[in-house]
Amino acid sequence: MNRPRPGLDRRQFLRHAAVGLFAVSSAGVLSACATSGGGPTTAAQGDVSAQNPLGVAADAGLDVVIFKGGYGDEYALFHEELYKKAYPQAQVEHTATTQIAQEMQPRFVAGNPPDVLDNSGAQKIDYATLAAEGQCADLAPLLDAPTLDDPNVKIRDILLPGVLEQGTYDGKFLMLNYVYAAFPMWYSKPLFEQHGWQPPTTLDEMMALCEQIKTAGISPWAYGGTNAADYVFDLSLGMAVKQGGPEVAKKIDNLEPGAWQQDVVVAGVQAIEEMVRKGYFMPGSEGLKHTEAQTAWVQGKAAFYVSGSWLENEMKGIAPPDFTMTAAPVPALDSGSALPATALRTQPTEAFIVPARAKNVNGGLEYLRLMMSKEGASKFAELTASVPSVKGADAGAAATPALQSVTAALDAAGSDVFSWQINTWYVNFWKSVLQQQLGNLLAGRIDANTFISTVQSESDKLAADQNVPKFKR
Amino acid sequence: MRYGKYRFVASFLAIPLLLYIVFVVSPYLQAIYISMTDWRGFSPNRNFIGLANYAELLGDGRFWRAMWHNALLLIVVPVVTLGIALFLATMTTVAGRRGSVGHGGVRGSRFYQVVFVFPHVVPLVIAGVLFGFFYNPEAGLLNGLLRLVGFDWLTRAWLGDTTFALPAVMAVLIWSFVGFFYIVLSAAMKSLPTDVFEAAVLDGAGGFRTFVSITIPMLTDSLKTSYIYLGILMLDCFALLQVMLPDGGPDGSTEVVAQYLYRAAFTEGRFGYASAIGVALCLVTLVLAIVVLRMGRRERVEF
Repeated sequence: MNRPRPGLDRRQFLRHAAVGLFAVSSAGVLSACATSGGGPTTAAQGDVSAQNPLGVAADAGLDVVIFKGGYGDEYALFHEELYKKAYPQAQVEHTATTQIAQEMQPRFVAGNPPDVLDNSGAQKIDYATLAAEGQCADLAPLLDAPTLDDPNVKIRDILLPGVLEQGTYDGKFLMLNYVYAAFPMWYSKPLFEQHGWQPPTTLDEMMALCEQIKTAGISPWAYGGTNAADYVFDLSLGMAVKQGGPEVAKKIDNLEPGAWQQDVVVAGVQAIEEMVRKGYFMPGSEGLKHTEAQTAWVQGKAAFYVSGSWLENEMKGIAPPDFTMTAAPVPALDSGSALPATALRTQPTEAFIVPARAKNVNGGLEYLRLMMSKEGASKFAELTASVPSVKGADAGAAATPALQSVTAALDAAGSDVFSWQINTWYVNFWKSVLQQQLGNLLAGRIDANTFISTVQSESDKLAADQNVPKFKR
Repeated sequence: MRYGKYRFVASFLAIPLLLYIVFVVSPYLQAIYISMTDWRGFSPNRNFIGLANYAELLGDGRFWRAMWHNALLLIVVPVVTLGIALFLATMTTVAGRRGSVGHGGVRGSRFYQVVFVFPHVVPLVIAGVLFGFFYNPEAGLLNGLLRLVGFDWLTRAWLGDTTFALPAVMAVLIWSFVGFFYIVLSAAMKSLPTDVFEAAVLDGAGGFRTFVSITIPMLTDSLKTSYIYLGILMLDCFALLQVMLPDGGPDGSTEVVAQYLYRAAFTEGRFGYASAIGVALCLVTLVLAIVVLRMGRRERVEF
């Protein structure tokens, strides 16, 4: 036994040092690069002409940053080639990453952002934040510019319905969502043919069909409760909007008092409650990730699944070859609906922006114009088996069943497409309030009334919250 | 070692200390400053707002709820993990076959050592993915086993159940950390002087008595350090939860402070507020470390 020495001994010193080192957690990460930014930059300018409607400086470099996710970045390389062909003196820089927010943050703060940014993926920069901070150039000049293929047609005239609304914040068009995603109900055609089932167009038909499906020993619906319960809301709110018209969604987006208490919205939520009560959702769905739920669905354990049109791509190699994934619009509440049965929810995704303080804003706009040319858009369709947001793109891709059925559904819908913005304007509300409460509803922990009153009161709270930038449409 | 000893020690540590100050201390100081602004993270604009973020944090129910989840992790996981690790280490190092107290463990210890350490080799993120499948309500191993032995009433949607989601995550953490602390405590036990054990045996102490009166007191320092280390991990837990329950679990029942911080920063664009959360978390961590170190101070045994 030694008497403890006063002051510092070897062990104590090492231990204190160790604790000091360990006591470092994640707080430092956020501030790793938060120093002062630069002033406004002057963007490169060229002479405006018929060939160069956006005034691109022929020798200015172009810095393109692409989110390399489900669509890869091959299409972007092709678009960059188009740009180089048009402006041989320009140096084009290409960056592909999945860590958009983390990698772009220091560049936005320091005032040297890229000229074109594909702001997408799980690590995207929150749209509302970018818009509120004034970091996106107004794309109005692009909208009024002639298309590459026909000088008499303006870019704004070839955008598919909803693209303009989706990218507009406070009356300014700031983001070009390049992929035209649809949100139908999905099912396996052979399975339905085998049983003689028809996709429902009204809620009553849906309930009747669910009963038949359940009797056949299959769960009517599946969902991924741990991270994607909100997909089911496409059904609930989709039915409501089809019944009552686009105004229904507008009220919700504008956070109006009583928006969630609209009759059709309540009816849409009650429908979900009834489906839960009757056991129309695959048991255990609340404990599944979306990937697991989708896997169970393609294995034939469930009949319906709601998701965006990327679903087929996501299940490539997992779905059996004869699955024949097929899209159908969500039903309306009843036959007297404001929108026709063919109406479809579409929400353009993959937001391309030209940062306001880019060195070559005009070049960035020109790049987007090239993306929307027949050649650029068709190549995208071919490489990604997805529908781009512009008219007249020939899908040279091998048409897959899902792509074919979505294209057919879009054609049938025509201009009767609808969506809501609340999920992109107020992501945090959507995730931490709506998705959470929907999870509770689907797991039978709350009923429709509780859902409505909770979401309404949180919506009112959000409307009054000074810290969240608000948008109106 | 009286006069100027700190300066003497510091001279050896000058370069690492400099690196530490640049890469750790300075971001921290910046974080403290940012936590007093309304910075939104993607532009240079920010206004100094004093302690407004902290005032908001005090009244933020979701923050406190997340903190409570961390507190639960902090209480349960280290106690269970260290308990299991201590038991296993004892069995394979000092449980001693008859007549060889303090030497070697039970039969087959070598084999057990490898088995116990194995989970520690699996990265936590991968463990999260694997256990996600394990807990899958329909196709998962856990419910499959329960059905096999006729315990159908026990099957649940584990990660979708407000009562069981957090314990399910705790189980993964425990599974993952036992191996490491088994190594730490085994090493500590092996360095214990055998004469003390021999004396205990001569005095007629049995295995359990030896464990309680000799092994545990002599391991106090290792246990404290282990607890602090585990505690710091429990105050974080971001990676595993982000893999298993990225959206905070059923009804938000598994959201931890680090996830809340991440969400405040990257989905709400409130980097000032997120920094305030980070600073608060850092303070809690430091307090925890200090409290544990000061706990049960007694005359130190050096051997």
